[in-house]
Amino acid sequence: MAPRIRRHRRGHVVIELDDHERRILTDLVDQLRTLLMSGTEPSLRRLFPIAYPDDDTHEREYQSLVHGNLLEHRLATLEVFEGSLHQTSINVEQAESWMGAINDLRLVLGTLLDVSEDDGAFDPEAESAFSHAVYHFLGALLEQVVEVLFTTLPPPTG
Amino acid sequence: MSGSPQSTTSPVEVDDPEVGSVPRSDVPWIVLVWNDPINLMSYVTLVLQKVFGYGKETATALMLDVHHKGRAVVSTGGREKAELDVYRLHEHGLWATMQQDR
Repeated sequence: MAPRIRRHRRGHVVIELDDHERRILTDLVDQLRTLLMSGTEPSLRRLFPIAYPDDDTHEREYQSLVHGNLLEHRLATLEVFEGSLHQTSINVEQAESWMGAINDLRLVLGTLLDVSEDDGAFDPEAESAFSHAVYHFLGALLEQVVEVLFTTLPPPTG
Repeated sequence: MSGSPQSTTSPVEVDDPEVGSVPRSDVPWIVLVWNDPINLMSYVTLVLQKVFGYGKETATALMLDVHHKGRAVVSTGGREKAELDVYRLHEHGLWATMQQDR
């Protein structure tokens, strides 16, 4: 089966998601935006990581310098994602925002679910089954967007 | 780079405690990416390619180091450069930190 997010030979990116999936993504965007606007929820910690774990002074400086930029960047990425969420074809720049937004959603949901690398098989009976299913759905989408974006990288410089 | 005060051979009393040691500000900084259970392996590889311009082989090797050893040094340099690298990794949601390479 062809990936549902894939690069067209003409250069654009084809998006084959059904309405139900797009609605779930729209809901998630709303929830993440609300969280981001609400301030410092613990579930957001992966979106604003620590740069200087051993140096409080530098860490405070770093946070005061970048926190606002990181927040703006994340909200802008969400906005592009939301704005193109109902399209069946997007450009590469929009695909970058899809990647950023989907990864941010996974980081927050994964933090809320406290996922670990040795999480067992999916348990449909679990109370968090739906959230886990959404988490895996986001992972599958991200994998496909990443594959698309590998084809857009410039030649290596480093 | 150990700055043991006993190692000085000067017969004259020297008050400068910095003799024989590199000034702190000249010690290079390293940028580390840490393993986390959320970020996808392919995503981490792509971000390292995108942010640093690494080829796929270099980026994949670094990603595998992160995955298997828990962390990898992805760049080095002065403090400002290291901080910018960390910021760009944070923009992409990678768990990156920086420290002086002592």
